[in-house]
Amino acid sequence: MIQLIDLNKFYEDKHVLQNINANFYSGVANLVIGASGGGKSVLVKTMVGLETPTSGQVLFEEQDYHNLEYDKQQALRREIGMLFQGTALFDSLTVEQNVEFPLLMFSEMSKEERMERVNLCLSKVNLHNANQKVPSEISGGMKKRVGIARAIALPIKYLFCDEPNSGLDPLTSRVIDNLLHDITKEFGITTIINSHDMKTVKDIGEHIVFMHQGQKWWEGSKEELSEAQKSNPELDAFVKASF
Amino acid sequence: MNLFSEIGRYIIFMKYVFKRPERGRVFWSMLTREMNLMGIESLVVVILIALITGAVTTVQTASQLASDSGILPPSLFPMEIVGSVVGSSSILEIAPTITCLVLAGKIGANIASEIGNMRVSEQIDAYEVMGINSIGFVSLPKILAGVIMIPCLILVSVFLLMVGGLIAAKLTGILTLDQYVTGIRSSFVPHYVNVLMVKGYIFSFIITSMSAFQGYYTKGGALEVGEAGTKAVTRICVAILAFDLIIAKLLL
Repeated sequence: MIQLIDLNKFYEDKHVLQNINANFYSGVANLVIGASGGGKSVLVKTMVGLETPTSGQVLFEEQDYHNLEYDKQQALRREIGMLFQGTALFDSLTVEQNVEFPLLMFSEMSKEERMERVNLCLSKVNLHNANQKVPSEISGGMKKRVGIARAIALPIKYLFCDEPNSGLDPLTSRVIDNLLHDITKEFGITTIINSHDMKTVKDIGEHIVFMHQGQKWWEGSKEELSEAQKSNPELDAFVKASF
Repeated sequence: MNLFSEIGRYIIFMKYVFKRPERGRVFWSMLTREMNLMGIESLVVVILIALITGAVTTVQTASQLASDSGILPPSLFPMEIVGSVVGSSSILEIAPTITCLVLAGKIGANIASEIGNMRVSEQIDAYEVMGINSIGFVSLPKILAGVIMIPCLILVSVFLLMVGGLIAAKLTGILTLDQYVTGIRSSFVPHYVNVLMVKGYIFSFIITSMSAFQGYYTKGGALEVGEAGTKAVTRICVAILAFDLIIAKLLL
């Protein structure tokens, strides 16, 4: 479980995250939704440590991530997988080498064991016969799948996805959503998906955090969403505008 | 103030560069790749620059001595002086400084744009999220490879500068080979080689570390990646010339 406690982030005098308190649960797909510029990406980047909060805490199983010693923080990072909006695949490496990279860095596996794991991860994301291709030779949807395979190559506890459906057609978006759902359930990991796609919410969202103008506007389960729309005009406007 | 904050950021950057690499075998493979890229692939340009500069220095020095300056008649200057000037200036200045200014354009711009591109395409963020010290991971192999290979290129350059002068002397007939070689041998001071190597190590560190720093903190997109390369080369050239003066003052 990940908890955010009184999280604030300023960029100079701009208050981009305002006193955020939220919980993200294990074994479920937690969705951070909201309009562009609402603070979703900054929130996710602050949670994974790419941004430092101005004040407040990010607790991973009660460990204050940003106040951990450097080595402990690095060790915790090895339990985190992330799918970036632009995939962030290493462009000089092949698909196979991209997925192998975390194993090469942080496992004691032999070459054969690493290849076995790479092929397993690639088969989990339904990617076959692309091992020797470089990222520039594959489609956007395939890149996302390689990104997911790389994120789950090590036995992670937390998976963060920044706009996993951006730039993808609706059909491929559903494939990626289903993959994320299946991986979350199979490995029992805490998945945090930053999205503005309400189809994703309807399909795989279990716990939802709605961000609006840098604030956590609403938090609850998918079942509670319809009810919350009645009393929350901003949430209602966002949901209706998404369809 | 801006300059001081840049220097401060550079010092903090260097602190992370020299943290122990996460995985030795990955580091070694990256180091050898970078050594090949910097050393072997820069060899042709270094050879050409050294041969041409050596020849030009010889021809120009000889022509200046041969022209009537009004101080002494040209016949009173021994032509061995040409070899002496080419030899000393090659070791002290042309080989380390000119070679490194050229390599700043080739290696420095390359490092800054490569790391800058990794930054804007979130590859550096990916290293960070994995728990890799991204500064050290992307910079240390390049800096170490530069510090190993650039001084070697400078040594090659010294030799070829003198060969270039020799070829020019032979082809133009402005002085005999004996005069040229005698001039070089008579002016040789072993301490100059120490100065050469000190300059080589310091300049190679400047080229690789400043370009890595510039690339690492790139923000924006493709345009800013290009700007990072240009900015890196400009700053490296200024730093090389400033340190050139400092080293000359301290060691000579």
